[in-house]
Amino acid sequence: MGLLTNIINGISLGSVYAIIALGYTMVYGIAKMLNFAHGDIIMVGGYICFCAMQYLGLPPLVGIALAVVGCTCLGITIERLAYKPLRQAPSLAVLITAIGMSYFLQNSALLIWKSDPKVFPSVIKLPNIVLLNGQLTVSPISVVTVLTCVVVMMGLTLFTQRTKMGKAMRACSEDKGAAQLMGIDVNATISMVFAIGSGLAAIAGVLLCSSYPVLMPTTGSMPGIKAFTAAVFGGIGSIPGAALGGILLGVIEIFARAYIGTQLADAIVFAVLIIVLLVRPAGLLGKEIHEKV
Amino acid sequence: MKSFEISRRNFLQLSGALAGSAILVGCGGSKTEPTEGATDLSDAGIFKIGGIGPITGAAAIYGTATKIGAQVAVNEQNAKGDVLMELNWQDDEHDPEKAVNAYNNLKDWGMQILVGTTTTKPCVAVSAETNADRIFELTPSASSVDVIGGVEGTNEPAKDNVFQMCFTDPNQGIASAQYISEQGLGTKIAIIYNNADAYSTGIYNKFMEEATARNLEVVSETTFTDDTVDFSVQVGDAKSKGADLLFLPMYYTPASLILAEAKKQGYEPKFFGVDGMDGILTLEGFDTSLAEGVMLLTPFVATADDEATKSFVAAYKEVSGSDEDPNQFAADAYDCVNAIAAAITAAGVTADMSAADICEKLIAQFTDPSFSVTGLTGEATWSTTGEVSKSPKGMVIQNGVYVSMD
Repeated sequence: MGLLTNIINGISLGSVYAIIALGYTMVYGIAKMLNFAHGDIIMVGGYICFCAMQYLGLPPLVGIALAVVGCTCLGITIERLAYKPLRQAPSLAVLITAIGMSYFLQNSALLIWKSDPKVFPSVIKLPNIVLLNGQLTVSPISVVTVLTCVVVMMGLTLFTQRTKMGKAMRACSEDKGAAQLMGIDVNATISMVFAIGSGLAAIAGVLLCSSYPVLMPTTGSMPGIKAFTAAVFGGIGSIPGAALGGILLGVIEIFARAYIGTQLADAIVFAVLIIVLLVRPAGLLGKEIHEKV
Repeated sequence: MKSFEISRRNFLQLSGALAGSAILVGCGGSKTEPTEGATDLSDAGIFKIGGIGPITGAAAIYGTATKIGAQVAVNEQNAKGDVLMELNWQDDEHDPEKAVNAYNNLKDWGMQILVGTTTTKPCVAVSAETNADRIFELTPSASSVDVIGGVEGTNEPAKDNVFQMCFTDPNQGIASAQYISEQGLGTKIAIIYNNADAYSTGIYNKFMEEATARNLEVVSETTFTDDTVDFSVQVGDAKSKGADLLFLPMYYTPASLILAEAKKQGYEPKFFGVDGMDGILTLEGFDTSLAEGVMLLTPFVATADDEATKSFVAAYKEVSGSDEDPNQFAADAYDCVNAIAAAITAAGVTADMSAADICEKLIAQFTDPSFSVTGLTGEATWSTTGEVSKSPKGMVIQNGVYVSMD
């Protein structure tokens, strides 16, 4: 029974990583930049939802909607102010800007919401699901997280494959210059990617805080890094890859903790990443791109 | 509109002016202003008390509490009039380097006695400085043995001028094991501790030694780090091994996650925490029903019914200007200032003495076996190494408030 419990916990944790990783991978796939501030947008989403529920007494669904709207606006603003002027700059400059943005968001949150942690009230208020005569307890938030992850992944895949905007995104991802020549508004497309990625971050933030109910200005940073690992693990730029990477990473983390030792869990997670990248440099589902010389 | 052009001449003028003002600022920087709310008295007969602790940054909650707690005690001492004091509190942002800078600022100001620092890592750095400079130091809350040095479990040399108001980490571990064994609280014990944190690991190690000596059965030992949010495995391990008492030597933030996880898993052991657990009830948004029945050893609770605590809580709220209850850090800082005042009176120290002379007199007084101070956190005496000896109070959370277990 311990095995089953660990699998469920692993998938639940992995689904949170997966939703965050989807945001990372979308932005990387299309804008070709690593948005290290993504983890901190999660934290902002968590705080917006917390404030809406705790201070304004709004129902959880309204809180989530406000968080999504708030983070979407924040994502677009960040892109406009910090990343767009650097579109032609070397990728290192953009990377450093993203790290700077991450610290900016963390410290702003520290000023606004102070350092003392807040306990996030779960958005799902249902009793635990007890199976097999009480030997297996599944929390409803785990179920919701996993379902959300599947829905988001399928939605994003359909969106990029079937819609006009999705087509524009794929075009930008392949060749920005050529896409522009074909009449695609590259700037608007990239803004849209940031909007979607940040909206997803808000949802991830609410789910993360509902599962693990402590909210601090640094809440987003470690899950952000793990999700980035998951995105690389699955093949950065690939939507199903990010989802698969996230879930595998969650399961590996829980299994390492349960069967190898709590002290080694994080070391093992990152060791797995190194091994996968040595064997498959493009990640599990990533496309191998051969440079033409 | 005439645009301002940078010519060589005005560039030189400008840089000259900048350099000049930089020198002025540099001179001004050594003069530190006393903290807000400090009592403004003329210089004669007033002890200059320095304080260091984080009042901004992630550990601000602790530094702010100690700052206000110390200020309350200074105000009371000045109102009494026997020992006049001026408190100058400096921010260290829980950073050793900034703490040493703050200490140097205080030395320039003429500090004679140091109350601080609040947190352990900066305190280890600053206590090495005070030891070399011969300035008496009493820390309210830096609990590692590295702060005082020269005892078992530390590589630091003995610092005879440094004393603690809080329990050392090892003593908390020993006291917890004793309490659990004497009160028969659990037969199968599980422990979850933070192996990235000296405080948590320090308590765990001594707890294990004492538990083994007392034949307590420890069935599950699991760890986590500062970034851990998922405790399903740790709690699941304790549950599957049938532990009836879960010992949590950690701060309240991870503890709140563990309590939530235990509820998720439908696991209901007895929970036993240490002083870092204090604060869990004031955590914003925390469902206090999760902490129902949680036991902890802590020297101070704001809801206690005695007169001293009540008047301290009222004075604390007045100085801080907020409605939040003081935590044990505030109470420890309050006791620090009062212990220093008591030692000053007992040793016949006067404000015109040098910091080094005061230091020697106070060391002799604090290590005198007959010297004891009764404060908010209990009756305290000190060993020659600087460790405090107090009897911990067992508390249990009932209906969202602390109730004494004794």
